[in-house]
Amino acid sequence: MFAKQLTVFIENRSGRLSEVLHVLKENNVNILSLSLADTTEFGLLRLIVDNAALGKEKLSENGFSSLLSDVSIIKIPHEVGSLQSLLKIIDNNGVNIEYMYGLSIESDEAYVVLKASDIVKVDEILTANGVHTITCEELANI
Amino acid sequence: MIWNETKECMSRDQMSALQSARLVKLVDYVYHNVEFYRKKMQSIDLMPADIKSIEDITKLPFTTKDDLRDNYPFGLFAVPNTEIVRIHASSGTTGKATVVGYTRYDLDIWAECVARCLSMAGVGKDDIIQIAYGYGLFTGGLGAHGGAEKIGATVVPMSTGNSKKLTTMMVDFGATAIACTPSYLLHISEVLASEGLLDRIKLKAAICGAEPWTEKMRNEIETKLNIKAYDIYGLSEIMGPGVACDCEFHKGLHVCEDHFYPEILDTTTLSPVAEGVTGELAFTTLTKEGIPLIRYRTKDLTSIDRTPCECGRTSARISRFKGRVDDMLIIRGVNVFPSQIEAALIEVEEVTPHYMMIVDRVNNLDTLEVQVEVDQKYYTDEIRAIEALTKKIAHVIQQALGINAKVKIVEPQTLVRSEGKAVHVIDKRKLY
Ligand SMILES: [Zn+2]
Repeated sequence: MFAKQLTVFIENRSGRLSEVLHVLKENNVNILSLSLADTTEFGLLRLIVDNAALGKEKLSENGFSSLLSDVSIIKIPHEVGSLQSLLKIIDNNGVNIEYMYGLSIESDEAYVVLKASDIVKVDEILTANGVHTITCEELANI
Repeated sequence: MIWNETKECMSRDQMSALQSARLVKLVDYVYHNVEFYRKKMQSIDLMPADIKSIEDITKLPFTTKDDLRDNYPFGLFAVPNTEIVRIHASSGTTGKATVVGYTRYDLDIWAECVARCLSMAGVGKDDIIQIAYGYGLFTGGLGAHGGAEKIGATVVPMSTGNSKKLTTMMVDFGATAIACTPSYLLHISEVLASEGLLDRIKLKAAICGAEPWTEKMRNEIETKLNIKAYDIYGLSEIMGPGVACDCEFHKGLHVCEDHFYPEILDTTTLSPVAEGVTGELAFTTLTKEGIPLIRYRTKDLTSIDRTPCECGRTSARISRFKGRVDDMLIIRGVNVFPSQIEAALIEVEEVTPHYMMIVDRVNNLDTLEVQVEVDQKYYTDEIRAIEALTKKIAHVIQQALGINAKVKIVEPQTLVRSEGKAVHVIDKRKLY
């Protein structure tokens, strides 16, 4: 299954990142994880939140462009090599990973957010290999 | 040195008589050879015989850049292709280029005018001159080239784009003159300084043009390179570089007015203004065969002085330019209209029609940044996609304008949307 990721385009101007975070906080949108990919000109702030649709709406009201996209949130065991074996499964099936970032939650499990070139196929691969994926809502309740 | 004393130093009365005779001939010529002018004259009930002297010029209709565009490509040519030996083109206000054609005679006149300008700058047959304007459709390179050959100088056709080669050859060949844009020359002076070559050059004069520049820039060029710098003016519609040039006294640019009749027009009424008053410059090409133009509005703002100059020339002088009537920019010597960017961006469906051009000068080189907003439908969560889009837009702009622009994607709703005429340009250079 897929999770909704909220991506915000921000120019590299001082204060923009904190403005985004402020809008989300004011509207009780809880950030579960984030990753900032940046270039010299702009950044893409990728967020996993408990209510992505609300986050998008509120950001838009405040003049930020954002996008909801499907990503896979994958539960991986806290063991050496578990991430690598996950990637191997995906690689072996010829799907490219666009980006990936980790999620830290106070539990025994580790989670990674993964965006592949073909998200449907990746979901099938993961299911077929018994890899567990969860939604943002489920994640919020952990 | 004065190249053509007969023409450059004739009395005002003689000049007026010459211009009158040439105008009468010109009007008859365009009436019978250019349908556009014949129709225009017929529509206001004007016959060639109504034009008897240069004073009658105000009876004639104006010509604009739009007229050239509407008659693209060869509609305003007065001769068949068998007589045209060269084509040049410059930016139009939209996608279409402004195309001009030259007969062999036109090229001779062009070389004559440039020869006068080079002579004004003290350049002659003993000199080695590097022409560092672009060669090609742009009139700068080939125009300056023809005049430099005519005076018998040793011409080095550098064109643009390779500063290292230019400075090396400047030293190795012992170049004594250079023709290029003033900002490029300032850049060259820095390259020379950084390479420790400043005391090894033999340069004495620079003929700078193709973009507006200030007295401050002249001082900077002259001090840094220990040379004399001269201002040359021209536009492809009229001919190219060499329409006017300033002498060693730098009190305005002497117009080759036996070939190009200058008028200064009130910007609202378009009536001629008094001497010394600023207005829009218009030219009538008195001797051109290929594409003769009547009262062509240049959109450049200047004033005119017809008193004799200390150099001995009597030709009318136009002052340094004071601005533009329209929104045309000159970036790295290339004419750029914001409307061209607009037209180019329409082809890119991923962006909104809003844009902002930021023009600046960094290390004496013009820079252009174009800011655009991405259309909501094309938001992405991938850096690669944004970078690919940036590249695509830069390519489209390069194709449309002929210059490289840095494209910056900005957040939505950040570009100004003003009522009426939106401000699309921030020019940080101080050119006027
Ligand atoms: Zn003079």
